[in-house]
Amino acid sequence: MSYFKNIKSTFKIKNHVNYIGVLGFLILMMILANFGVLTRSSIGLLSRIAYSIIMAVSLNLVVGFLGELSLGHAGFMCVGAYIGCSLGNILSQSIDNSLLVIIISMLVGGVCAAFFGFIIGLPALRLKGDYLAIVTLAFGEIVRNVFKNLPYFGGAMGLNTKPYNTKELYIIGFVVVLIVLILIQNLIRSKHGRAITAIRDNEIAAKAMGINVTFYKLFVFIISAFFAGVAGVLYGNFTTPVLYTFFSYNYSIEILVMVVLGGMGNITGSILAATLITFVNFELQSNLSGDLAALRLLIYALILIVVVLFNNAPAFKNIRAKVNIRAILAKIEKPKKPGDISDDTAKWDVIESKIKMNEVLSVDVVDQINKAEKEDV
Amino acid sequence: MAILLDGLSLGAIYALIALGYTMVYGIAKMLNFAHGDVIMVGAYAILTMLTVTGNPWLAIVVSVVVCTLTGIVIEKLAYKPLRGASPLAVLITAIGVSFFLQAIAQLIFGAKSQPVSLPSLGNVTIAGATISVGTIVTLVVGSIIMAALTIFIKESRTGRAMIAVSEDKGAAQLMGVNVNKIIMITFAIGSALAAFASLFYLMQIPSTQPTLGAMPGIKAFTAAVIGGIGSIPGAMLGGVLLGVIEKVCLSIPVVSPYTTAVEFSLLIIILLVKPIGILGKKRREKV
Repeated sequence: MSYFKNIKSTFKIKNHVNYIGVLGFLILMMILANFGVLTRSSIGLLSRIAYSIIMAVSLNLVVGFLGELSLGHAGFMCVGAYIGCSLGNILSQSIDNSLLVIIISMLVGGVCAAFFGFIIGLPALRLKGDYLAIVTLAFGEIVRNVFKNLPYFGGAMGLNTKPYNTKELYIIGFVVVLIVLILIQNLIRSKHGRAITAIRDNEIAAKAMGINVTFYKLFVFIISAFFAGVAGVLYGNFTTPVLYTFFSYNYSIEILVMVVLGGMGNITGSILAATLITFVNFELQSNLSGDLAALRLLIYALILIVVVLFNNAPAFKNIRAKVNIRAILAKIEKPKKPGDISDDTAKWDVIESKIKMNEVLSVDVVDQINKAEKEDV
Repeated sequence: MAILLDGLSLGAIYALIALGYTMVYGIAKMLNFAHGDVIMVGAYAILTMLTVTGNPWLAIVVSVVVCTLTGIVIEKLAYKPLRGASPLAVLITAIGVSFFLQAIAQLIFGAKSQPVSLPSLGNVTIAGATISVGTIVTLVVGSIIMAALTIFIKESRTGRAMIAVSEDKGAAQLMGVNVNKIIMITFAIGSALAAFASLFYLMQIPSTQPTLGAMPGIKAFTAAVIGGIGSIPGAMLGGVLLGVIEKVCLSIPVVSPYTTAVEFSLLIIILLVKPIGILGKKRREKV
């Protein structure tokens, strides 16, 4: 037992579970593909999963960590896909190495999307919550509308791209996923990441602590847009033509569903949810036809409503505490000792939620605290 | 002239929808994303009643009732449990409700657009321009509804309670206002307005589909924000402004493909220059 403890103190598996998971999944899939177990369509599905994960994780950065709702994430993907892929088309005439072409077009597509992220980040500095959500939504629609009408990008017919070899694209996709994960997780665990979550929790308090709110908000929007642009180029290399209809408001919501289902501010959750939803989507698409396709919408709607209600409604607070996986895990890891201070947080939670509900701090709250203390003893 | 009148009547539709947004936002401090889809519900109610009974008046009454009920049910089931939760959670739930309504409509009525044959009202010629009577009806009835709403809010007990709740929920509660009831009434009125909006919308474009409400909904919200969200005259002004701009843009060949982009760019510019909108009131955040 002590042996394992020693390993744990130097190398925390908890911190690397995402990398190991993604890498393991990729290797498993490569082996399966090599032995010909996977059909052509399921290899295609893997590429889809790769760009969905990138989209979900990058949106989670904005929604889960910065705490602002972005409804135009597909718009950034659209910019990346159109610009990156049209550059890819030009480059592929002079460069033979298609791997080099896709890397350059990903970088350029990402940078272009990041530029738009900067532009959208500017109003984000002055606006909050609902207003910002609507601005990002408007941005997504503007981008779609403009690309639809630009003759250079094929107009309403869409941009013709040269799809990358499907059998190799998913490997590139998952390598990009790994890089994105390493960048984002290191960002979140750094000083900057703490600043970002501080802004989410209380912007005024963060400002008072000397955090440059302007800088960090712009920064998060730019980073998130960059990754969305990269995902766009992956998409463009997966399918042709790149059509503006794909990057609709509905797709932005689909990514939001992944983030909400996985848990806002939870990277592992986003990865799992993106994989699951892309898979379910794929299955539904191949099995349902016509009006039954609305079942997909219905599932999204129910996920959004049920998950958010369950996680946020004051009425479900007691049930939430009972099924909280983290709390249960913590209990298993550390058997409770009398006088253990770790339970203090639970008490604070009670007080905080009371205050949040705009109720006057009254006898009621004091009772709650007393009760919590009694249970502690 | 004809373009201007068309724009005004489209603006009246936007204004009616925007009123629903702005009232709910002012009182419940939430963005009701599903509001646009209530219009769609109203349109399907009209369609169903027209095919079943063939009586347009009955169809209108039923659609108002159905929309009002939809609004109340949405509020009770989805938004009320989240009172006091973070705005982000409420917003995401609202999006979920919007998707839910669309999915249900698609499962019941199918994704295809269906024609709605409202009785034609014909055309009239005013000052050399031919204008459909529907446009004029939209303008007149829309103005009457908006005037009635303004009077209702200013003069009636319930209306003043609404103003009180929007100014300070806690204080209103202490003064004996039933906040939950007022919020419910607000949703009911907003949804009833959406029913009228769906009627006027069908007069202009006589077909309905599950995604019918999405675009007008977003545009009406844009209108509400341009006018200053939470402000009732602002919603009317913003709606009319946006309607006229849309029709004018559509009439210029070079700009017309980019109409959506123009409208939403206007929103972004207004929010950047004057985030509270044209007629909005500034609120300070207290620490």
